[in-house]
Amino acid sequence: MNDEAVVKVALVSCGSEYAGVHGELESVASSVNAKLVYPEIEIDVLDDIGKDFGIEAASPDLRLMMARAKAVVEGLSDVDGVFITSCFRCAEAAIVRNEVRRYINKHSELPVISYSFTERTTAATLLTRMEALTTIARRRHLLAREKQSGLTAGIDSGSTTTKAVVMRDNEIIGSGWVPTIKVIDSATEAFNQALEEAGVKQEDIQAIGTTGYGRFLIGEYFGAKLIQEEITVNSKGAVYLADTQKGHATVIDIGGMDNKAISVDDGIPGMFTMGGICAGASGRFLDMTAKRLGVDITELGALAVKGMEQNVDMNSYCIVFGIQSLVNSLAKGSTPEDVAAAACHSVVEQIFEQQLQEVDVKEPLILVGGSSLIEGVPKALGELLHINVLVPPNSHLIGAVGSALLASGYVEE
Amino acid sequence: MAKVIIYPTNSLILSDLVQRFGHTPLAMMEKIKEKVTTVGVDSPPMNITAEEPKHGLKYAAVEVPAGVRGRMAIVGPMIEEAEAGIIVGESPMAFGCMGCARTNELTKYLIRSREMPLLELEFPKDDDEGQEFVYKIAEFLKSLDEVKGESEEATE
Repeated sequence: MNDEAVVKVALVSCGSEYAGVHGELESVASSVNAKLVYPEIEIDVLDDIGKDFGIEAASPDLRLMMARAKAVVEGLSDVDGVFITSCFRCAEAAIVRNEVRRYINKHSELPVISYSFTERTTAATLLTRMEALTTIARRRHLLAREKQSGLTAGIDSGSTTTKAVVMRDNEIIGSGWVPTIKVIDSATEAFNQALEEAGVKQEDIQAIGTTGYGRFLIGEYFGAKLIQEEITVNSKGAVYLADTQKGHATVIDIGGMDNKAISVDDGIPGMFTMGGICAGASGRFLDMTAKRLGVDITELGALAVKGMEQNVDMNSYCIVFGIQSLVNSLAKGSTPEDVAAAACHSVVEQIFEQQLQEVDVKEPLILVGGSSLIEGVPKALGELLHINVLVPPNSHLIGAVGSALLASGYVEE
Repeated sequence: MAKVIIYPTNSLILSDLVQRFGHTPLAMMEKIKEKVTTVGVDSPPMNITAEEPKHGLKYAAVEVPAGVRGRMAIVGPMIEEAEAGIIVGESPMAFGCMGCARTNELTKYLIRSREMPLLELEFPKDDDEGQEFVYKIAEFLKSLDEVKGESEEATE
């Protein structure tokens, strides 16, 4: 990774150097061969920036943040991407950070991430985000790729499940989907399933792409040409499968361990957010709900569609409290249908409250990841946002499909 | 006649001035009155229900405190509805106090972000400034008729 060009990332913050996290920011930047740059400004700008920008922030450091954002937009600071950050729990910074993010997104084509840190933020937490930022800046030509060509494979080593696909001339000819236990063993099993279905041998594959939590390990093991984080890969996979490669789209990926909400433009992510405060907002909670209800995860969706979420008071802000609500409601006599519906609604509500505030939701809204196959989830999301939710075919395979698609760029090279 | 958002959003004087010139003030008092007199709100005077901070998510992210989001659930739609705005800075409590500084910053920003006629002025410190203050507001409100008239002609 480090033999690639250095990416200059503007650090637009209100003083992260005082929060004890700066070493981590520097460390993650250097691990993806990025350089943090502080956009320079004229000191006089600070006198009027509140009025100019429109937010008369009491904090001078937040005014500095707005001035730096303006310097980036006006090209006074030559950068490839922007990382906006401030302290978690600062109300004024939360307001300014959000508007600065919107401002840069509106007035420039630079990829932007915003993040609120605690004193415990580590480089590992930031890695996927920073990697995505540099990938967008560095591989725009690759991300613009709309068709898969040749014979390629993609493997998505997720936290809960591992998916693999084999694609030939823009078509999926084989796929595999197994639980993630030992990362390499599970990837091998999923890959073998896909190869068998496709009727091809591993040595025939022209290029392999890997993504997901285990991407580095399996990428090295299989000699992948492309090892890439899931933000850019999943965006590409989602718009490819939904056949919406041009224009705006919003991708929501409910994963086993975390969720991603990504605002996509012509297949390239602009703003994105990763997270979920706790596993209570992810596919893991749905998995546990299915187990508690004594049904297979594949049956949970049909159950949820029949239920009324209003009948159950469910709070899955934390997975422990979520399970507690679930047990309590069953003990009070709630039906499994209502509990299943409430679980789906609870997960979606958290994504809405915690994550969708960080991206501008533009239609079409593409829901992907294993959880999208649980019918109650797209239903609850559609009801909450009052928009039509698009679940493309093979929506659980987006990471693998995106990898195979992008890896085909290396076949032509 | 234009719908004019005023800041401070609960200023009786500004609200009255806007009304005297034939426009509709978009003011906090009106919205609160609607809330406390609408059947369905649990027990008046109940300004904010548990749902309001969720509606406020449209204007401020989840990290912004619930009180700001709850207030924005009322102020935000008024800003969206507005056709013109008047912002008075540095005003004393009696002129129309909006207690929450963070809400005030966001409110002013959202008003400024709208593409509409906007008058910004500071609260007067003496009689002369006071007369000038009222004069400027009056001229602004009169000018809205012309702007409104022109835009109506253009759409016809």
